[in-house]
Amino acid sequence: MTEKTHLQDQNGPYFGEYGGRFVPESLIAALDQLEETYAKAKADPSFAMELDELNKTYVGRPSIITEIPKFAALAGDIRVFLKREDLNHTGSHKINNVIGQALLAKRMGKKRIIAETGAGQHGVASATAAALFGLECVVYMGEVDTQRQALNVARMKLLGAEVVAVTTGSRTLKDAINEALRDWVANVDDTHYLLGTVAGPHPFPTIVRDFHSVIGREARQQMLDDYGFLPDVVTACVGGGSNAIGLFHSFLDDENVALWGFEAAGEGMDTMRHAATLSKGKVGVLHGAKSYMLQDEDGQTIESHSISAGLDYPGVGPEHSWLKDLNRAQYFGISDDEAMQALKALSQTEGIIPAIETAHALAGVIKYGSTLAPGSTVLLNLSGRGDKDMETVGRYFGFLE
Amino acid sequence: MSKTEELLHTLEQEGKPALIGYFPAGYPTVADSVEACVAMCESGIDILELGVPYSDPVMDGLVIQVATEQALTNGFKLSMFFDLLREITSRVSTPVLVMSYWNPIMQYGVERFARDLKAAGGAGLITPDLIPDEAADWIRFSDELELDRVFMATPSSSQARLDQVARLSRGFIYAVSTMGITGAREDLDAKARSVVSGVKSTKTEVPVCVGIGISTAEQVTEVNSYADGAIVGSVFIKAYRDGGIEELKKTVKQLKGGN
Repeated sequence: MTEKTHLQDQNGPYFGEYGGRFVPESLIAALDQLEETYAKAKADPSFAMELDELNKTYVGRPSIITEIPKFAALAGDIRVFLKREDLNHTGSHKINNVIGQALLAKRMGKKRIIAETGAGQHGVASATAAALFGLECVVYMGEVDTQRQALNVARMKLLGAEVVAVTTGSRTLKDAINEALRDWVANVDDTHYLLGTVAGPHPFPTIVRDFHSVIGREARQQMLDDYGFLPDVVTACVGGGSNAIGLFHSFLDDENVALWGFEAAGEGMDTMRHAATLSKGKVGVLHGAKSYMLQDEDGQTIESHSISAGLDYPGVGPEHSWLKDLNRAQYFGISDDEAMQALKALSQTEGIIPAIETAHALAGVIKYGSTLAPGSTVLLNLSGRGDKDMETVGRYFGFLE
Repeated sequence: MSKTEELLHTLEQEGKPALIGYFPAGYPTVADSVEACVAMCESGIDILELGVPYSDPVMDGLVIQVATEQALTNGFKLSMFFDLLREITSRVSTPVLVMSYWNPIMQYGVERFARDLKAAGGAGLITPDLIPDEAADWIRFSDELELDRVFMATPSSSQARLDQVARLSRGFIYAVSTMGITGAREDLDAKARSVVSGVKSTKTEVPVCVGIGISTAEQVTEVNSYADGAIVGSVFIKAYRDGGIEELKKTVKQLKGGN
């Protein structure tokens, strides 16, 4: 009899048929260097110690678990627990990956980091790490996103980063990644591309997942220690998929734990204006990896739409595509309005203002919680706080002019 | 042997420089791009590199990005591509290599793309975001159909990767002159010479052509002194954009003439 393989042990370059390195040859040496540096760092106890110390004294880990009974009542007879990544330094889960990759950049002797950002959370986290470690930092951001996330642009500039507004293509996250890749091709000798999600060419999907897997590792232990059980459902929002993979990873081999990912359905799954890549996309190659993506019959990328800048991406990490095909995780769409109502509900029932991205997972729990048996438990990754979204929220609900 | 290789070897034996010219299909319209490509061939380019417009061209600078975006906005579809190619190959004898990012080919179907390319008179394919490691299907069908298969060699490629590129390329090897994306640069990197010599040290028979950043007749001459051809793109698009087909012809003649 062969031993059962563990989903948790799967690393790149491929997750099933997904992943790989569909990039210009110019980048291969840098990807090889990154893979090698990461392998050495993983084998070096001093790297883990340095990362743990920064997580404890700078990021604020471990993040706490909060049970939210009044919100849960909206979803039926279930219990809901939040993993509070919103309480991390810089206000979201993004810092986990950024600190790890900045340490790798230092090990590679690179003095300059570049990053793409949609909502601005990864850009702010990158600018923060650059300030902490004394690195030069350039953040590429679609022009549309610089407008809807102006506050985060100011934060990045204050931290000393240069913010480049990208004016080609759809002027959102996808085009920011294109521009970051072009910069990297030209400056690969002294520059590390600090990719912010579990997409992109190998080894990024594996490295970014590993740095975020602290979320699920902590949460799984906290559930066992504090409550004495594992949740029936583990859930998160999915854009590129980093916060979801970070939480899911430790639960992949817990067969009784269901994994739910909530994508942005924008104006509706049956419209053309959504970002539901796994639910509505087809398999293709985008930004260096084979995965599900939104595209037309010619393979041209279709622009995604979501009220949430952080989920407004027509691609998704290859590991999610693999988990979908294996039926290990299920993915559903949540519309702009469902997300906004859930954002308001959590704020008013529990006094916690989530990011609009995160609100998609909260809305998913309200929408699908009633399908669970009475007394079921749900663990949700509260991936970011909503301060950055106040202008959008204020306009949506008419609090602001 | 590949006809592209034969042509490049013949030019070398005759001591003539080789000029490979890029132009995007469908820019600014399908009909205009056919005329522009035919004019480039008639004005002296030795090999045509015909680009397939793509929504996310990470290897291209602003000039080509804007041109291919315009082609897509003006309605270019892959279904028009092979008719367009057939019209060019029926009017000129210049070898035509297609340059395409991988996703359009993957969606069309690798085998179907290869067969339709062959049937339309295309010589082969240049793949900017497909490295040999990921290219098993394409290698199989291009071998079967004897299509050219151009992979890239760059200043950062290890000797082992240069060996692989040399072993698996046919038609020519695309040596990237400098670390960067397409677009004219004033100084050609000395790195171009080292990439070419790295590839040549594998004793490959496949010609090595240099691209990225070439914009002047002097650079074309210089590149041809140590490599088997010069690849030019952005400058031709600029010429066409600013001065129409006459300016395009003039630019081709200038770069080809070396004066």
